[in-house]
Amino acid sequence: MAKMKSTLSNMLLSLTLIALVAAGLLAGVYTMTKATIDATNAAKQQAAIIAVLPQQEGLEIAEPIMHEGMEIYCATLDGQTAGAAVKVAENGFGGTFNLMVGFDAEGAITGFQVLDHQETPGLGSKMQEWFANPQVIGQKVGETNFTVSKDGGDVDAITAATISSRAFLLAVTKAYNAFMSAPAADAASGATVMAEENETENETVEE
Amino acid sequence: MANKALKTLTNGLLKENPTLVLVLGMCPTLATTSSALNGMSMGLATTFVLLCSNVVISLLKNLIPDKVRIPAFIVVIATFVTIVQLCMQAYLPALYDSLGLFIPLIVVNCIVLGRAEAFAAKNNAGLSALDGLGMGLGFTCSLTVLGAIRELLGTGKIFDFSIFPDSYGMLIFVLAPGAFIALAYVMAIVNKLKSK
Repeated sequence: MAKMKSTLSNMLLSLTLIALVAAGLLAGVYTMTKATIDATNAAKQQAAIIAVLPQQEGLEIAEPIMHEGMEIYCATLDGQTAGAAVKVAENGFGGTFNLMVGFDAEGAITGFQVLDHQETPGLGSKMQEWFANPQVIGQKVGETNFTVSKDGGDVDAITAATISSRAFLLAVTKAYNAFMSAPAADAASGATVMAEENETENETVEE
Repeated sequence: MANKALKTLTNGLLKENPTLVLVLGMCPTLATTSSALNGMSMGLATTFVLLCSNVVISLLKNLIPDKVRIPAFIVVIATFVTIVQLCMQAYLPALYDSLGLFIPLIVVNCIVLGRAEAFAAKNNAGLSALDGLGMGLGFTCSLTVLGAIRELLGTGKIFDFSIFPDSYGMLIFVLAPGAFIALAYVMAIVNKLKSK
Protein backbone atom coordinates (compact mmCIF):
# COMPACT_ATOMS: atom_id res chain seq x y z
CA MET A 1 0.00 0.00 0.00
CA ALA A 2 1.28 3.45 -0.89
CA LYS A 3 2.11 5.89 1.82
CA MET A 4 -0.60 8.46 2.61
CA LYS A 5 0.17 11.94 1.29
CA SER A 6 0.28 14.75 3.83
CA THR A 7 -2.85 16.53 2.64
CA LEU A 8 -5.09 18.21 5.18
CA SER A 9 -7.93 15.73 4.77
CA ASN A 10 -5.61 12.73 5.03
CA MET A 11 -3.96 14.10 8.16
CA LEU A 12 -7.33 14.85 9.79
CA LEU A 13 -8.70 11.45 8.88
CA SER A 14 -5.73 9.46 10.08
CA LEU A 15 -5.32 11.31 13.38
CA THR A 16 -9.05 11.17 14.09
CA LEU A 17 -9.17 7.45 13.42
CA ILE A 18 -6.16 6.72 15.61
CA ALA A 19 -7.53 8.87 18.44
CA LEU A 20 -10.95 7.22 18.20
CA VAL A 21 -9.55 3.69 18.33
CA ALA A 22 -7.27 4.66 21.23
CA ALA A 23 -10.18 6.22 23.14
CA GLY A 24 -12.33 3.15 22.58
CA LEU A 25 -9.59 0.82 23.74
CA LEU A 26 -8.90 2.86 26.86
CA ALA A 27 -12.57 3.08 27.74
CA GLY A 28 -12.68 -0.71 27.59
CA VAL A 29 -9.63 -1.21 29.79
CA TYR A 30 -10.88 1.42 32.24
CA THR A 31 -14.24 -0.30 32.68
CA MET A 32 -12.52 -3.64 32.99
CA THR A 33 -10.11 -2.57 35.73
CA LYS A 34 -12.28 -0.05 37.60
CA ALA A 35 -14.00 -2.55 39.88
CA THR A 36 -10.70 -4.18 40.88
CA ILE A 37 -8.97 -0.83 41.50
CA ASP A 38 -11.83 0.41 43.68
CA ALA A 39 -11.92 -2.86 45.60
CA THR A 40 -8.14 -2.79 46.19
CA ASN A 41 -8.26 0.80 47.45
CA ALA A 42 -11.21 0.09 49.72
CA ALA A 43 -9.52 -3.03 51.12
CA LYS A 44 -6.30 -1.09 51.74
CA GLN A 45 -8.20 1.64 53.55
CA GLN A 46 -10.14 -0.89 55.64
CA ALA A 47 -6.96 -2.76 56.57
CA ALA A 48 -5.33 0.53 57.62
CA ILE A 49 -8.33 1.45 59.80
CA ILE A 50 -8.25 -1.89 61.57
CA ALA A 51 -4.47 -1.75 62.00
CA VAL A 52 -4.46 1.63 63.74
CA LEU A 53 -7.42 1.06 66.07
CA PRO A 54 -7.15 -0.60 69.50
CA GLN A 55 -7.02 -4.35 68.95
CA GLN A 56 -10.30 -5.52 70.45
CA GLU A 57 -12.82 -8.20 69.62
CA GLY A 58 -16.20 -7.09 68.26
CA LEU A 59 -15.14 -3.62 67.23
CA GLU A 60 -17.67 -1.96 64.93
CA ILE A 61 -16.51 0.68 62.52
CA ALA A 62 -19.08 3.28 61.48
CA GLU A 63 -19.38 4.99 58.11
CA PRO A 64 -16.91 7.87 57.80
CA ILE A 65 -17.95 11.35 58.86
CA MET A 66 -16.32 14.34 57.23
CA HIS A 67 -14.97 16.84 59.69
CA GLU A 68 -12.56 19.71 59.03
CA GLY A 69 -11.78 18.11 55.69
CA MET A 70 -10.75 14.81 57.25
CA GLU A 71 -12.48 11.47 57.18
CA ILE A 72 -13.19 10.12 60.65
CA TYR A 73 -14.09 6.47 61.14
CA CYS A 74 -15.58 6.05 64.61
CA ALA A 75 -15.31 2.67 66.24
CA THR A 76 -17.73 1.42 68.85
CA LEU A 77 -17.61 -1.57 71.20
CA ASP A 78 -20.99 -2.68 72.62
CA GLY A 79 -22.42 0.77 71.85
CA GLN A 80 -19.57 2.61 73.64
CA THR A 81 -17.10 4.79 71.79
CA ALA A 82 -13.90 2.81 71.58
CA GLY A 83 -11.90 5.23 69.47
CA ALA A 84 -11.59 6.41 65.93
CA ALA A 85 -9.33 6.32 62.92
CA VAL A 86 -8.71 9.66 61.24
CA LYS A 87 -7.42 10.01 57.70
CA VAL A 88 -5.34 13.14 57.37
CA ALA A 89 -3.34 14.69 54.53
CA GLU A 90 -0.30 16.89 55.12
CA ASN A 91 2.48 18.43 53.05
CA GLY A 92 5.74 16.61 53.62
CA PHE A 93 9.14 17.11 52.06
CA GLY A 94 8.30 15.54 48.71
CA GLY A 95 4.60 16.37 48.40
CA THR A 96 1.35 15.50 50.09
CA PHE A 97 1.22 12.31 52.11
CA ASN A 98 -1.79 10.57 53.63
CA LEU A 99 -1.80 9.21 57.12
CA MET A 100 -4.33 7.13 59.05
CA VAL A 101 -4.10 7.78 62.78
CA GLY A 102 -5.95 5.73 65.37
CA PHE A 103 -7.09 7.00 68.79
CA ASP A 104 -8.71 5.26 71.71
CA ALA A 105 -11.70 6.78 73.50
CA GLU A 106 -9.46 8.97 75.70
CA GLY A 107 -7.54 10.34 72.75
CA ALA A 108 -4.33 8.39 73.18
CA ILE A 109 -2.71 7.33 69.91
CA THR A 110 -3.14 3.62 69.32
CA GLY A 111 -1.39 3.38 66.00
CA PHE A 112 -0.86 4.95 62.59
CA GLN A 113 -0.33 3.92 59.01
CA VAL A 114 1.29 5.92 56.24
CA LEU A 115 -1.12 5.31 53.36
CA ASP A 116 0.97 6.90 50.63
CA HIS A 117 3.89 9.33 50.49
CA GLN A 118 6.60 10.74 48.25
CA GLU A 119 9.23 11.33 50.93
CA THR A 120 12.91 10.75 50.24
CA PRO A 121 13.72 7.03 50.16
CA GLY A 122 15.84 6.02 53.14
CA LEU A 123 15.13 9.26 55.03
CA GLY A 124 11.58 10.60 55.26
CA SER A 125 10.22 7.32 53.96
CA LYS A 126 11.10 5.74 57.31
CA MET A 127 8.14 7.47 59.01
CA GLN A 128 6.20 4.24 59.45
CA GLU A 129 9.00 2.39 61.28
CA TRP A 130 10.60 5.37 63.03
CA PHE A 131 7.58 6.77 64.83
CA ALA A 132 6.18 3.39 65.88
CA ASN A 133 7.75 3.83 69.33
CA PRO A 134 6.53 4.80 72.83
CA GLN A 135 7.26 8.47 72.11
CA VAL A 136 4.23 8.44 69.82
CA ILE A 137 2.19 5.29 70.45
CA GLY A 138 0.09 5.56 73.61
CA GLN A 139 0.68 9.27 73.98
CA LYS A 140 -1.94 11.99 74.06
CA VAL A 141 -1.38 15.02 71.91
CA GLY A 142 -2.58 17.34 74.68
CA GLU A 143 -0.10 15.93 77.24
CA THR A 144 2.98 15.32 75.12
CA ASN A 145 4.55 18.19 73.25
CA PHE A 146 4.11 16.89 69.71
CA THR A 147 6.94 18.72 68.04
CA VAL A 148 10.42 17.44 67.21
CA SER A 149 13.03 17.70 69.93
CA LYS A 150 14.93 20.25 67.84
CA ASP A 151 11.92 22.59 68.21
CA GLY A 152 11.70 21.86 71.94
CA GLY A 153 9.23 18.98 71.63
CA ASP A 154 9.15 15.50 73.11
CA VAL A 155 9.59 13.43 69.95
CA ASP A 156 12.89 12.60 68.27
CA ALA A 157 12.89 13.49 64.58
CA ILE A 158 14.05 11.04 61.92
CA THR A 159 17.79 11.57 61.44
CA ALA A 160 18.32 13.93 58.48
CA ALA A 161 14.59 14.22 57.81
CA THR A 162 13.39 16.98 60.13
CA ILE A 163 10.92 18.40 57.61
CA SER A 164 9.21 15.04 57.11
CA SER A 165 9.16 14.54 60.88
CA ARG A 166 7.61 17.95 61.52
CA ALA A 167 4.98 17.25 58.86
CA PHE A 168 4.24 13.87 60.44
CA LEU A 169 3.74 15.35 63.92
CA LEU A 170 1.63 18.18 62.52
CA ALA A 171 -0.54 15.63 60.74
CA VAL A 172 -1.01 13.64 63.96
CA THR A 173 -1.91 16.83 65.84
CA LYS A 174 -4.41 17.79 63.14
CA ALA A 175 -5.96 14.34 63.27
CA TYR A 176 -6.20 14.55 67.06
CA ASN A 177 -7.91 17.94 66.93
CA ALA A 178 -10.36 16.69 64.34
CA PHE A 179 -11.12 13.58 66.38
CA MET A 180 -11.61 15.57 69.58
CA SER A 181 -13.85 18.21 68.06
CA ALA A 182 -15.86 15.76 65.97
CA PRO A 183 -19.50 15.42 67.07
CA ALA A 184 -19.26 11.74 67.96
CA ALA A 185 -16.25 12.28 70.20
CA ASP A 186 -18.42 14.03 72.79
CA ALA A 187 -19.12 10.66 74.36
CA ALA A 188 -15.55 10.52 75.62
CA SER A 189 -15.39 12.24 79.00
CA GLY A 190 -13.72 15.62 79.07
CA ALA A 191 -12.89 15.43 75.40
CA THR A 192 -14.22 18.85 74.50
CA VAL A 193 -12.24 20.57 77.23
CA MET A 194 -9.06 18.86 76.11
CA ALA A 195 -9.66 19.84 72.54
CA GLU A 196 -9.96 23.48 73.51
CA GLU A 197 -6.79 23.38 75.54
CA ASN A 198 -5.05 21.73 72.68
CA GLU A 199 -6.18 24.25 70.11
CA THR A 200 -4.53 27.09 71.97
CA GLU A 201 -1.39 25.03 72.32
CA ASN A 202 -1.44 24.20 68.65
CA GLU A 203 -1.66 27.87 67.69
CA THR A 204 1.51 28.65 69.59
CA VAL A 205 3.25 25.81 67.84
CA GLU A 206 2.28 27.08 64.42
CA GLU A 207 3.62 30.55 65.16
CA MET B 1 16.53 -13.53 7.44
CA ALA B 2 16.94 -15.49 10.67
CA ASN B 3 20.33 -13.91 11.06
CA LYS B 4 18.88 -10.44 10.65
CA ALA B 5 16.13 -11.20 13.17
CA LEU B 6 18.67 -12.37 15.73
CA LYS B 7 20.78 -9.31 15.13
CA THR B 8 17.78 -7.03 15.62
CA LEU B 9 16.91 -8.77 18.86
CA THR B 10 20.41 -8.64 20.36
CA ASN B 11 21.08 -5.12 19.11
CA GLY B 12 19.35 -3.54 22.08
CA LEU B 13 20.95 -5.77 24.70
CA LEU B 14 24.52 -4.51 24.48
CA LYS B 15 25.60 -2.96 21.17
CA GLU B 16 22.92 -0.26 21.23
CA ASN B 17 21.82 -0.61 24.83
CA PRO B 18 19.33 2.24 25.30
CA THR B 19 20.59 3.35 28.72
CA LEU B 20 24.30 2.65 28.63
CA VAL B 21 25.16 3.29 24.95
CA LEU B 22 22.41 5.47 23.45
CA VAL B 23 21.95 7.25 26.83
CA LEU B 24 18.22 7.66 26.29
CA GLY B 25 15.48 7.58 28.89
CA MET B 26 17.59 8.98 31.71
CA CYS B 27 14.65 10.22 33.77
CA PRO B 28 13.24 6.78 34.68
CA THR B 29 16.76 5.34 34.81
CA LEU B 30 17.89 7.71 37.52
CA ALA B 31 14.61 7.97 39.37
CA THR B 32 13.28 4.43 39.63
CA THR B 33 16.46 2.43 40.25
CA SER B 34 16.50 2.97 44.02
CA SER B 35 16.00 -0.80 44.32
CA ALA B 36 16.56 -3.75 41.98
CA LEU B 37 12.87 -4.68 42.01
CA ASN B 38 11.74 -1.16 41.11
CA GLY B 39 14.28 -0.97 38.29
CA MET B 40 13.24 -4.31 36.89
CA SER B 41 9.52 -3.53 37.08
CA MET B 42 10.03 -0.19 35.37
CA GLY B 43 12.07 -1.94 32.67
CA LEU B 44 9.39 -4.58 32.09
CA ALA B 45 6.61 -1.98 31.91
CA THR B 46 8.65 -0.07 29.33
CA THR B 47 9.35 -3.30 27.41
CA PHE B 48 5.65 -3.98 27.11
CA VAL B 49 4.97 -0.46 25.83
CA LEU B 50 7.93 -0.64 23.40
CA LEU B 51 6.86 -3.99 22.01
CA CYS B 52 3.21 -3.02 21.50
CA SER B 53 3.84 0.46 20.15
CA ASN B 54 6.53 -0.80 17.75
CA VAL B 55 4.18 -3.42 16.30
CA VAL B 56 1.19 -1.08 15.99
CA ILE B 57 3.23 1.76 14.52
CA SER B 58 4.89 -0.45 11.96
CA LEU B 59 1.46 -1.79 10.92
CA LEU B 60 0.05 1.71 10.67
CA LYS B 61 3.08 3.35 9.08
CA ASN B 62 1.50 3.67 5.64
CA LEU B 63 -1.73 5.07 7.04
CA ILE B 64 0.00 7.89 8.88
CA PRO B 65 0.92 10.93 6.76
CA ASP B 66 4.46 12.12 7.44
CA LYS B 67 3.53 15.55 8.76
CA VAL B 68 1.39 14.19 11.60
CA ARG B 69 3.47 11.14 12.43
CA ILE B 70 4.75 12.42 15.79
CA PRO B 71 1.27 13.15 17.27
CA ALA B 72 0.02 9.86 15.86
CA PHE B 73 2.93 7.94 17.43
CA ILE B 74 2.41 9.68 20.76
CA VAL B 75 -1.29 8.80 20.83
CA VAL B 76 -0.44 5.15 20.18
CA ILE B 77 2.28 5.12 22.86
CA ALA B 78 0.13 6.97 25.39
CA THR B 79 -2.67 4.45 24.89
CA PHE B 80 -0.40 1.53 25.76
CA VAL B 81 1.09 3.38 28.73
CA THR B 82 -2.37 4.06 30.13
CA ILE B 83 -3.27 0.39 29.67
CA VAL B 84 -0.15 -0.61 31.64
CA GLN B 85 -0.95 1.94 34.31
CA LEU B 86 -4.55 0.81 34.78
CA CYS B 87 -3.65 -2.88 34.81
CA MET B 88 -0.80 -2.35 37.26
CA GLN B 89 -3.04 -0.30 39.54
CA ALA B 90 -5.66 -3.03 39.47
CA TYR B 91 -3.57 -6.18 39.73
CA LEU B 92 -0.20 -5.10 41.23
CA PRO B 93 -1.15 -2.28 43.65
CA ALA B 94 2.06 -2.56 45.71
CA LEU B 95 4.23 -2.10 42.64
CA TYR B 96 2.02 0.74 41.43
CA ASP B 97 2.57 2.51 44.77
CA SER B 98 6.34 2.35 44.49
CA LEU B 99 6.61 3.35 40.81
CA GLY B 100 3.70 5.77 40.98
CA LEU B 101 4.34 8.84 38.87
CA PHE B 102 6.96 7.21 36.65
CA ILE B 103 4.54 4.90 34.86
CA PRO B 104 2.67 7.71 33.03
CA LEU B 105 6.08 9.24 32.27
CA ILE B 106 6.92 6.27 30.00
CA VAL B 107 4.99 8.25 27.36
CA VAL B 108 7.77 10.80 27.12
CA ASN B 109 10.55 8.22 27.39
CA CYS B 110 12.88 8.94 24.48
CA ILE B 111 13.52 5.26 23.81
CA VAL B 112 9.90 4.54 22.96
CA LEU B 113 9.42 7.42 20.53
CA GLY B 114 13.00 6.99 19.29
CA ARG B 115 12.47 3.35 18.31
CA ALA B 116 9.10 4.17 16.75
CA GLU B 117 10.73 6.84 14.60
CA ALA B 118 14.04 5.13 13.88
CA PHE B 119 12.94 1.53 13.46
CA ALA B 120 9.20 0.78 13.45
CA ALA B 121 8.38 3.45 10.86
CA LYS B 122 10.81 1.81 8.39
CA ASN B 123 10.54 -1.94 9.05
CA ASN B 124 7.86 -4.62 9.04
CA ALA B 125 5.89 -5.66 12.09
CA GLY B 126 7.90 -8.80 12.86
CA LEU B 127 11.27 -7.08 12.95
CA SER B 128 9.78 -4.15 14.85
CA ALA B 129 8.48 -6.53 17.50
CA LEU B 130 11.95 -8.06 17.88
CA ASP B 131 13.52 -4.62 18.04
CA GLY B 132 11.03 -3.51 20.70
CA LEU B 133 11.64 -6.66 22.71
CA GLY B 134 15.44 -6.41 22.43
CA MET B 135 15.54 -2.72 23.32
CA GLY B 136 13.10 -3.29 26.18
CA LEU B 137 15.12 -6.16 27.62
CA GLY B 138 18.33 -4.14 27.28
CA PHE B 139 16.65 -1.33 29.18
CA THR B 140 15.36 -3.78 31.80
CA CYS B 141 18.80 -5.35 32.29
CA SER B 142 20.61 -2.06 32.76
CA LEU B 143 17.93 -0.78 35.14
CA THR B 144 18.03 -4.00 37.16
CA VAL B 145 21.83 -3.92 37.40
CA LEU B 146 21.79 -0.26 38.39
CA GLY B 147 19.02 -0.86 40.90
CA ALA B 148 20.86 -3.85 42.39
CA ILE B 149 24.10 -1.86 42.79
CA ARG B 150 22.31 1.06 44.42
CA GLU B 151 20.21 -1.17 46.67
CA LEU B 152 23.24 -3.20 47.77
CA LEU B 153 25.49 -0.22 48.49
CA GLY B 154 22.69 1.87 49.95
CA THR B 155 20.81 -0.58 52.13
CA GLY B 156 22.77 -3.85 52.04
CA LYS B 157 20.00 -5.74 50.27
CA ILE B 158 19.38 -7.18 46.80
CA PHE B 159 15.74 -7.81 45.85
CA ASP B 160 14.96 -7.22 49.55
CA PHE B 161 17.29 -10.07 50.51
CA SER B 162 19.72 -8.89 53.19
CA ILE B 163 23.44 -9.22 52.38
CA PHE B 164 24.78 -7.03 55.17
CA PRO B 165 23.05 -4.97 57.89
CA ASP B 166 21.18 -1.83 56.88
CA SER B 167 23.26 0.40 59.15
CA TYR B 168 26.41 -0.12 57.04
CA GLY B 169 24.62 1.13 53.91
CA MET B 170 25.75 4.33 52.21
CA LEU B 171 22.59 6.38 52.06
CA ILE B 172 23.87 8.45 49.15
CA PHE B 173 23.40 5.52 46.79
CA VAL B 174 19.66 5.48 47.45
CA LEU B 175 19.45 9.21 46.76
CA ALA B 176 19.83 11.04 43.44
CA PRO B 177 23.64 11.58 43.53
CA GLY B 178 24.16 7.84 43.99
CA ALA B 179 22.16 7.24 40.82
CA PHE B 180 24.57 9.40 38.81
CA ILE B 181 27.66 7.83 40.37
CA ALA B 182 26.45 4.26 39.84
CA LEU B 183 25.32 5.00 36.28
CA ALA B 184 28.68 6.54 35.40
CA TYR B 185 30.61 3.51 36.68
CA VAL B 186 28.35 1.02 34.92
CA MET B 187 28.68 3.01 31.68
CA ALA B 188 32.46 3.14 31.99
CA ILE B 189 32.67 -0.63 32.54
CA VAL B 190 30.39 -1.35 29.57
CA ASN B 191 32.43 0.98 27.34
CA LYS B 192 35.64 -0.72 28.42
CA LEU B 193 34.17 -4.17 27.66
CA LYS B 194 32.85 -2.99 24.31
CA SER B 195 36.15 -1.50 23.16
CA LYS B 196 37.91 -4.85 23.53
